[in-house]
Amino acid sequence: MIPPVLIELVEQFGLLSFLAIGGVNALIPEIHRRVVDVYQWMSNAEFAQAFAISQASPGPNMLIVSVIGWKVYGFLGALVATLAICAPSSVLTFAIAHVWDRFRDAPLRAAIQRGLAPVTVGLVLASGYVLARTADETLPAYAITAATAALALITRVHPLWFLITAAALGAFGVA
Amino acid sequence: MTVADPSQAVARAQVGAGDLFFGFLKVGISGFGGVMPFARRMLVEERGWLSEREFTEVLSLSQFLPGPNIINVSIIVGKRFRGPLGALIASVGLMLMPFLIVLAIAALYGRFASLDAVRGGTAAVSSAATGLIIAMGLKMARPLAGSAWPLLIAALGFIALGLLRVPLLWALLVLAPLSVAIAWRTRR
Repeated sequence: MIPPVLIELVEQFGLLSFLAIGGVNALIPEIHRRVVDVYQWMSNAEFAQAFAISQASPGPNMLIVSVIGWKVYGFLGALVATLAICAPSSVLTFAIAHVWDRFRDAPLRAAIQRGLAPVTVGLVLASGYVLARTADETLPAYAITAATAALALITRVHPLWFLITAAALGAFGVA
Repeated sequence: MTVADPSQAVARAQVGAGDLFFGFLKVGISGFGGVMPFARRMLVEERGWLSEREFTEVLSLSQFLPGPNIINVSIIVGKRFRGPLGALIASVGLMLMPFLIVLAIAALYGRFASLDAVRGGTAAVSSAATGLIIAMGLKMARPLAGSAWPLLIAALGFIALGLLRVPLLWALLVLAPLSVAIAWRTRR
């Protein structure tokens, strides 16, 4: 007997896999809506922790899905959620890679790419907003978000240094 | 992609399943908050599996399709050299270590979450990572600033998903066709 919650993980993340235009970072508002508001698998604070854990790990930025699966149903939940977010889009990619090059110079292909770019930008910025509302509860927390965003925009410092600096500030109770 | 290209950097036969697995395994553990620059370095500079132009084409296709971009890259590259099995091996190689590492961190966090330093540190990492995402969104918005409609579409997406919390599917069903239609009308 398969636990119903595993089937729910497959349904939720399997559908999201097809909607992940612009990567999983663009999906954060929708994942938050489903996981915190609709299914109530975790609280706001737990969602922020899952995000932090996924960002503190090397690798693709879809790992928040693995952490959510872990929280919901342990190792099996993590495996199922990860496969559910990866497999549908991967199969689609495999199929489309076959035919895509034939349309290399098609104007419609260019229009699709040019049209989807601003949609993705809106989604990513919405992710930043939802995460700030979820993760930042104090003034110093907002200050860290704002300072990181500004410094990442105007400098070429490796992103990892921002995370390390923030971890140190937070661990010593500054933020 | 199925047609032989004389400019292709490496002959297909030279890239085996093991090469694909370990090549992408290394990419997987290389980067934080996105590993695409490391994928480019491995594919183009270190191993020469793709030319610069081929990489750009693979990347643009990966970004256009849904799903994590870097996983799409591993699928396309794995498929190119070793067919369906290659796609599977490359993507598993990419995901294996990050998946285990993130679960290890999650388990450690669960164990030590009662410590103030751990809770404070994690919360601050979350705040900083949020700042990185905002910066990424703003950087991606820069090239759109040439005309008004892309900024309007981006603003509509932000309002719908961020402020109004509209379900993503409905937002995409409205915004994506609208935006592609405008792009089509204004094509050069």
